[in-house]
Amino acid sequence: MTTQEWKFTAKDIAAKPDLFLSGHRACAGCAPVSVLRLVMKATRGPTIVTQATGCMEIVGSIYPYTSWALPWLHTAFENAAANASGIDAAIKIMRKKGKIKDEYVDVIAIAGDGGTLDIGLQALSGAVERGHDFLFVLYDNEGYMNTGIQRSSSTPIGASTTTSPAGSVIPGKLEKKKPITEIMLAHEMEYVATATPYYWKDLITKVRKGLEVEGPAFLHVFAPCPRGWRSDPAKSMEYSKLSVETCVFPIWEAVNGKRQLSTPSKVISLAPQKKKPVKAYLEGQGRFRHLFTPQNAHIIEEIQRSTDERWEKLLQKCASGAT
Amino acid sequence: MEHQIKRDTVAMNGDEAVAFAVKQCDVDVVAAYPITPQTIIVEKFSEYVANGEVQTQYVCTESEHSAMTACLAAAAAGARTFTASASAGLALMHEMLFVTSGSRVPVVMAVANRALSAPLNIHGDHSDAMAERDSGWIQIYVENAQEAYDSIIQAFKIAEDTTISIPLMVCLDGFTISHTLERVDILPDDLVKHYVGERGYPMVLTHEGKTVPFKLDPANPMTMGPNALQNYYFEFKRQQEEAMKHALKRIREINSEYAKISGRGYGNGLVDKYQLDDAEIAIVVLGSTAGTLKVIVDQLRQEGIKAGVLRIRSFRPFPVEDVIHALKDVKAVAVMDKSMSPGGLGAAVFSEVRNALYDSKQRPILVNYIFGLGGRDNSPRDLRKVYEDLLHIARTGQAEKAVNYLGLRE
Repeated sequence: MTTQEWKFTAKDIAAKPDLFLSGHRACAGCAPVSVLRLVMKATRGPTIVTQATGCMEIVGSIYPYTSWALPWLHTAFENAAANASGIDAAIKIMRKKGKIKDEYVDVIAIAGDGGTLDIGLQALSGAVERGHDFLFVLYDNEGYMNTGIQRSSSTPIGASTTTSPAGSVIPGKLEKKKPITEIMLAHEMEYVATATPYYWKDLITKVRKGLEVEGPAFLHVFAPCPRGWRSDPAKSMEYSKLSVETCVFPIWEAVNGKRQLSTPSKVISLAPQKKKPVKAYLEGQGRFRHLFTPQNAHIIEEIQRSTDERWEKLLQKCASGAT
Repeated sequence: MEHQIKRDTVAMNGDEAVAFAVKQCDVDVVAAYPITPQTIIVEKFSEYVANGEVQTQYVCTESEHSAMTACLAAAAAGARTFTASASAGLALMHEMLFVTSGSRVPVVMAVANRALSAPLNIHGDHSDAMAERDSGWIQIYVENAQEAYDSIIQAFKIAEDTTISIPLMVCLDGFTISHTLERVDILPDDLVKHYVGERGYPMVLTHEGKTVPFKLDPANPMTMGPNALQNYYFEFKRQQEEAMKHALKRIREINSEYAKISGRGYGNGLVDKYQLDDAEIAIVVLGSTAGTLKVIVDQLRQEGIKAGVLRIRSFRPFPVEDVIHALKDVKAVAVMDKSMSPGGLGAAVFSEVRNALYDSKQRPILVNYIFGLGGRDNSPRDLRKVYEDLLHIARTGQAEKAVNYLGLRE
């Protein structure tokens, strides 16, 4: 990875032509689609994008239209990282044989939480183990939103989805969210980071860093989905911000396993009084509405407790320099 | 012509012959996962990579699903690609086989045919490839290691033909061909390289209005693998049928072209007829069994019995006209299947042949023999019995049962 940090200004970003174009069919207030646009702002040259099946794949590729101004491939749901493996292998050998003249071609694989934590985990782990040169971007909206808001292993505890509905006996999802970044860090990757689109400059910088790594890099982007979260479409960026302010989704990066908080989370670590209660994040989201009743109050307490615990652990990891 | 052809004769099993042909075809990317009985292919090819004998990016994937995906994606990025699989591995690729053919990329795969579980069985039959009959892949079934070698070389020519651009599987019988040492004549490296040539690409119109090669190229952005709804999906699928029609023509032509450089041809490329011209009884079969049947036919002919063999080499595309023509004067025909379709009227090859003959004014009495499942050996004596049954059917003019099982404990 280059030691020189990539610098850019808002003016540069605005001047750079979009590579993910308007006219796509995403819902109003969709944060994942903002993520796509921001990710594309970070590209540095010849780039190929591949996507897993999902909301962000279908909204931009309905034949005969496309929102993609760069080469783009979709094949199936569980294999975005295997697509990247094949593209990377082809680029490497064809460059060696002189069939590709470009000095480098960046490969970005994009998948939702289902295509990353659940059905796509095997292909992702395999591609990272083999050391393919690609950036994997997970846009995490915490459920299978494309198929109608079903539970994934990324859905947080307490959330009501169509396959973990809040009923009279079971109060929504009972299980914790799968710690995907810890799993990826265990692969000893050169670059693993988390981001969320409210902090757009942080997100773009991290994408660029991931692209500059020669080998696999992983970026976990937290992206509110107003349809799936049953939240106000106008407030998606607010929830993106609140997820960091409540430490539900702290943002950080790990270079060669050394973890460091990114500025918005760093501020909270230095001034703990700025840390907001999880209630501020949960309220207003329809998927958590059932928790705001006397009989389920203990679940909110449990979410607060586990959020605090994860945050403390993260602070320790950042302090000790361990993954 | 044949005496001028420079050739070396080597001893190889079918898997080694496949690996050697792939080596000579200057393949860019091989992505594969080991499974018996194709493993020797990937092992042998790994040695070529380790010893610097090939310029190939070899990707040891974590599953067959990812192997097929990586081949698809590499081919989409412009690479010549190859993989090999069998049985459960092919079944795990099932989803991606359809995506690969639908994406119109010319991946070539060797399938060392093997039974599907359960019960677990590693031995040869055609259950795996027959389950992928409708996946949109060209399927070529070979008779021996020599044909496996020749067919891999031809496969790249066929699949990568810009009027076709669909994937192709070369099917070789597990163990019977994959693991049996045979005499194989090989062509010089430079001759094969020159014959196969560089991969070409169909030309397509991009959103920017440019006509460019069909591949992922930063200079000419293209959206590959789109979402096609009720208004376009059907047209995509219909185009695959057109490609198969082109393949039917090119498989024949390439069989002739290849015969000129190698001195070897396999029937007309689509079907291989043996002693059929005046045959009264005949067996239709795929793969290595045809070799045994040819020996039996020679014996029967010496006894004055007019027997023949029709080996179908191209099962997809299915050579309807050739099958009708080959069987029109035969009185009784047995179609032999190394797979089953539980609950159906006979198995895959039988259904196909029967379907083809329906419109033929002149057609034989047709029966089905299911045999060899899970690698069950069928001796020449068993196979001779099928001809004896056919003689009886030809004489009496009727068959007792449409579907029969050969060499089975019942």
